[in-house]
Amino acid sequence: MDFSLNELQTMLADSVSKFIDNEYDFDTRQKYAASDRGFSDDVWSTFAELGWTAVPFSEDDGGIGGSPVDVMVFIQSLARGLVVEPYLPGIVLAGGILSRVADEDQKARWLQPVIAGELHATLAWHEPQSRYDLASIATTATQDGDDWVVNGAKGVVPNGGAADLVIVPARTAGDLGDTAGITLFAVPAGPLARDAYATVDGLRAAEIVLSDVRVGPDHVLGPVGGGFAALDETIDDGTLAVCAEAVGIMQVLKDRTVEYSKQRRQFGVPIGTFQALQHRMVDMLMACEKAQSLLMWAVMTRAGGGDVKRAVSAIKYLVGTAGQKLGEEAVQIHGGMGVTWDLDVAHFFKRLTVINRMFGNADFHLDRLAA
Amino acid sequence: MHVSFSDAEVAFQEEVRGFFAHEYPDDMRAAMDSGDGLSPELQVRWQKILHEKGWAAPNWPEKYGGTGWTPVQKYIFAREEGHANAPYVIPFGINMVGPIIYTFGSEAQKQRFLPDILASNVWWCQGYSEPGAGSDLAALKTKADLAGDHYVVNGTKTWTTLGQHADWIFCLVRTSSDVARRQEGISFLLIDMQSPGITVNPIILLDGTHEVNEIHFDNVEVPVDNLVGEEGKGWSYGKVLLQHERTNSANTFRSAYRLRKLREQAARSVRGQEPLAADANFMRRLADAEVELKSLEYIELRTLASVASGKAPGPESSFLKLIGTEIQQKIDALYLDAAGYYALPYRPDIPVGEGDEINAALRYFNHRKTTIFAGSNEIQRNIIAKHVLGL
Repeated sequence: MDFSLNELQTMLADSVSKFIDNEYDFDTRQKYAASDRGFSDDVWSTFAELGWTAVPFSEDDGGIGGSPVDVMVFIQSLARGLVVEPYLPGIVLAGGILSRVADEDQKARWLQPVIAGELHATLAWHEPQSRYDLASIATTATQDGDDWVVNGAKGVVPNGGAADLVIVPARTAGDLGDTAGITLFAVPAGPLARDAYATVDGLRAAEIVLSDVRVGPDHVLGPVGGGFAALDETIDDGTLAVCAEAVGIMQVLKDRTVEYSKQRRQFGVPIGTFQALQHRMVDMLMACEKAQSLLMWAVMTRAGGGDVKRAVSAIKYLVGTAGQKLGEEAVQIHGGMGVTWDLDVAHFFKRLTVINRMFGNADFHLDRLAA
Repeated sequence: MHVSFSDAEVAFQEEVRGFFAHEYPDDMRAAMDSGDGLSPELQVRWQKILHEKGWAAPNWPEKYGGTGWTPVQKYIFAREEGHANAPYVIPFGINMVGPIIYTFGSEAQKQRFLPDILASNVWWCQGYSEPGAGSDLAALKTKADLAGDHYVVNGTKTWTTLGQHADWIFCLVRTSSDVARRQEGISFLLIDMQSPGITVNPIILLDGTHEVNEIHFDNVEVPVDNLVGEEGKGWSYGKVLLQHERTNSANTFRSAYRLRKLREQAARSVRGQEPLAADANFMRRLADAEVELKSLEYIELRTLASVASGKAPGPESSFLKLIGTEIQQKIDALYLDAAGYYALPYRPDIPVGEGDEINAALRYFNHRKTTIFAGSNEIQRNIIAKHVLGL
């Protein structure tokens, strides 16, 4: 039994920490978030130079062969910077699909540039009607000669505006809701109609419409009609990734709140001396301890076999309930300061809130666990 | 990062599992599985079985007859004990006064008391709380006045669990009131329950059980030889003991056992046209408790890994008490709802209904105590706020 970090994990956590301290304070983050593309290409290059974009990938694919635990440690460390660069859509999601099902040529063409930080990719798993049902895919792809012609709409695609390549799950057979008959396509952004916008956490997303978008057979990722398994596994990884981020955010919010309660004075004393607040902050700490412990279990389950779905749902449910509550408490205990745009606390809270609406909210995951 | 045991630990786990499979008697198993728990006679018999195996005192050093187990071995034992739904060992002798005696007691006290604690020849109870000193234990008023070779003890102790069976009681008493801090002037005394002047009055709990007592001391003479350690230092000894008490109250694997049984029961028992498992709200609450419990299991493992690597157990014992008891009560509430109308009957001697629904309400009522005893959960929050959050 061992919960300590190994050499690689310690190195990752340290280098992320140094990066946030030296190059990514809150004002810088806000500046990048407000820029045209919503993140910094320079920072993204730094991510690639430091090898961070290579963490989850095998050495054969040009990665560093990081384990799910390594990915967790990295993403949880990054949470403290509230980083807006598109690690989730590019590396975890699009990279996850490519590493699972792309053939050698496709990996050379798309995965290697993704790892090198030269190509921004994303995954368009969600459609306006699908809510949290991954198999609710109405977008169709029909064969025309050797080519495929894709039609449909994708909603709230993360980094959908700036991505150069969009991985599009489309239905090539079956009915809405069937897991069979889903095929994954690598679609260059050129012919897409994209309506890009900011999300409430300061990140970016887009509505994407595909009208008779034509791609060649070399753009089919994995087996025709058999794309669901890779999609499903990749979304599980994405869920674990946002949970790691959420647990990191919870810890930041807890620490900030405790710190603030020691500084802020009312009635002549620090508000942290009030028992009504102390007990609530203890409950925030308990939520952090529970979430950290459950996250480790979930990630070890992902690494070592076992019921991955159950583990993913358990941590996502806990983050969606105890985590959301913790965020609300952090804002409340910060008082008026907690509801201002200027303080980072509100922005951590907003990111947590967004995470809790992604990949299934708490109710969705509780239902999976209850079944 | 991994949670696997070493080969030696796996072998030990097999041995413990085998012990519970073969040497845990059927009559006790039946009493435990029915939810009634053990009679005092069965309880003592069980502790003697453990003693014969050499496993009566997992926390004691070997030189006093303990197992000398590593933290991981202790954990494995507790886990298998929970999986088997085997009885709790009554903690007052083995887990509470025993460690105080071998840590702070004299040679003579060690020789006199420890063997009988190990062999369960003597039943101990705890005299800490008083009518005016609950969470605020330092407010205790029971006095012990020195008179030659003995103390004269006067006062009242309360919430004394199973004191009606006890042969001896360990008490915190005030030996001096001329002190700067209330925590000073308190001493740790061992008192024979047969001493003249002791009266034991039952307190009946809300579930109708006689589990706790109020004990009056009226000019009870206690030999000075029964003072543990130094006069006036009892508070610091007692605090050590409370931490033992809290770590033991996580009850992770007993809760796991109960949740597993409840899931089975929900699939089996029909309510109306469908099994309880078709009740989505119930199943959601069950799943919620399972998630909480899994998180507790891993908090405990993380704590264990830290202790196993040589760190002293810290305020984590408060985390475990807080979360563990809250989960226990959640599970009690689930059993109560699972029972439906059969939560209502109150006839403990000839139960009405069947299986796990029997006495569901009584357990729910009885277990309200868990967030109150061993330092109420509010006190645990105070401790964590002060010692972990620095507030």
